[in-house]
Amino acid sequence: MIEQKIKNRESEIKELEQISIKKVKDRWKMVIFYRLLFLAVTLGGWEILGRVGVIDPFFFSIPSKIIYQIYIWIIKGTSQGPLWVQVLVTLEETVLGFLIGAVMGIICGIALGRNKMLADIFSIYIKIANAIPRIVLGSIFIIALGLGMASKVALAVVMVFFVVFGNAFQGVREADTNLIANARVLGASDRQVTFKVVLPSALSWILASLHISFGFALVGAVVGEFLGSKQGIGLLIATAQGAFNAAGVFAAMIVLAVVALLADYLITRLENRLLKWRPTVQ
Amino acid sequence: MNSNYLIELDNVDRRFTSPEGKIIQVLNSFSMNVKPGEFCAVVGPTGCGKSTTLSLISGLAKANAGKVLIEGKEFDGIDPRVGYVFQTDAVFPWKNVLDNISAGPLFRGMNKKEAIEKSLDWIKRVGLQGFEYHYPHQLSGGMRKRVALAQTFINSPDILLMDEPFSALDVQTKILMQQELLQLWSKHKAAVVFVTHDIEEAVILADKVFVLSKRPARVKKIYNIDIERPRIVSEAKYTQKFIEISKSIWNDLSEEVNI
Repeated sequence: MIEQKIKNRESEIKELEQISIKKVKDRWKMVIFYRLLFLAVTLGGWEILGRVGVIDPFFFSIPSKIIYQIYIWIIKGTSQGPLWVQVLVTLEETVLGFLIGAVMGIICGIALGRNKMLADIFSIYIKIANAIPRIVLGSIFIIALGLGMASKVALAVVMVFFVVFGNAFQGVREADTNLIANARVLGASDRQVTFKVVLPSALSWILASLHISFGFALVGAVVGEFLGSKQGIGLLIATAQGAFNAAGVFAAMIVLAVVALLADYLITRLENRLLKWRPTVQ
Repeated sequence: MNSNYLIELDNVDRRFTSPEGKIIQVLNSFSMNVKPGEFCAVVGPTGCGKSTTLSLISGLAKANAGKVLIEGKEFDGIDPRVGYVFQTDAVFPWKNVLDNISAGPLFRGMNKKEAIEKSLDWIKRVGLQGFEYHYPHQLSGGMRKRVALAQTFINSPDILLMDEPFSALDVQTKILMQQELLQLWSKHKAAVVFVTHDIEEAVILADKVFVLSKRPARVKKIYNIDIERPRIVSEAKYTQKFIEISKSIWNDLSEEVNI
């Protein structure tokens, strides 16, 4: 009798589960629908307001012109050569600057974080360096290193270094003293403590900083190109600005956004791989 | 010096300096001795310096005065004969169970294959089969403690230091872990210094209970616990002997704690 009841209950629960699964799916469909609706309304509104003259397309352009501009760049190339070359140049500067800045930041952050005396001496200067608008250094780099790639890489490095450095330093300082003591009693040398305990525990801090700092590296490279260069997306923007070509500026912005989103996706994949030991937070 | 002792703390001082430069004297000519293979529990009022004694024996901290001797000799740095189980979780959260347990042998230069074999054996001994590749956050508190025990025991320490290792566990898990500890210890007779604030835990586990006074800490009294082994933790608690000793220790302690 009771067993029969329990069996009925079980099938009831299964049905309920089917319904709730469907509900979750329906909710997602709705979210995606409204997302697309929002996009259509915004872009459509911009297009219409531009065409009827409420927004002046000369200054603010309209979506169709921007898309056409990207199309032209892809098909016929830009005034500085093919679009993909511009993207590649900017990407190369960004990635180089990002890698150099990140590695230097991690090394210095850990070195300083492990040494109390050095940390006390330099922490004030790090704060000051972080407060300075470092992008202005771009002008110095152009003067010193010329119009080539070096000046852009240098600016990207400066943008990235301090962010990664600050996070690596903080991550090392917050490494659990219990874990370090445990490792030492288990037999770890100072070197092993640094690489097997301190570095992994600072890793989530470091990876968080990589997300932000890739964007910074991109800004550094583009602004560097903006200030003076022979190639790159930054120059594309500067040229469009000089020709009062608003569509060109927006088009370059979209190209940059695609690059940034791709990079962010790759960093997230790396992060998930390296931090698979972490409990998943929803 | 009496060379019968494995661990000797001889008139040690230990001071801490606060960031403002103020000095806090935790131990003031404190002495205590432990024989090889002896299970000693240390109870005392909060903040009397129980844990500090463990830091000194392990070598994680240095005495400011006096001598800390292992087998009658002074030592430098952290002695490889020592194992330490901490109060809070000290297993590495980014390592799975297998890698956590093999960490000690690997730090000490054992080759990887051997270390993993040894680690698998210890996983069996503490009953964690099937969890080799789980990360600590996927385990219960009791299981994490088992990892910590295996991580320490795998180095076969002659001296086992334990700092309130079970204080964060619920009552049932605590009893299970105490039983587990006694079993592991009976097969591998290390000298144990077990710091706890739980009198019952001290009496049920130890051969000898050191009762410390409030700061500056002194060994106020030493109880020899002659409850026969092997002990069943959940049953021994109800014997007359156990209750008498516990009461007596409580009387000693309550004199030290004035609220």
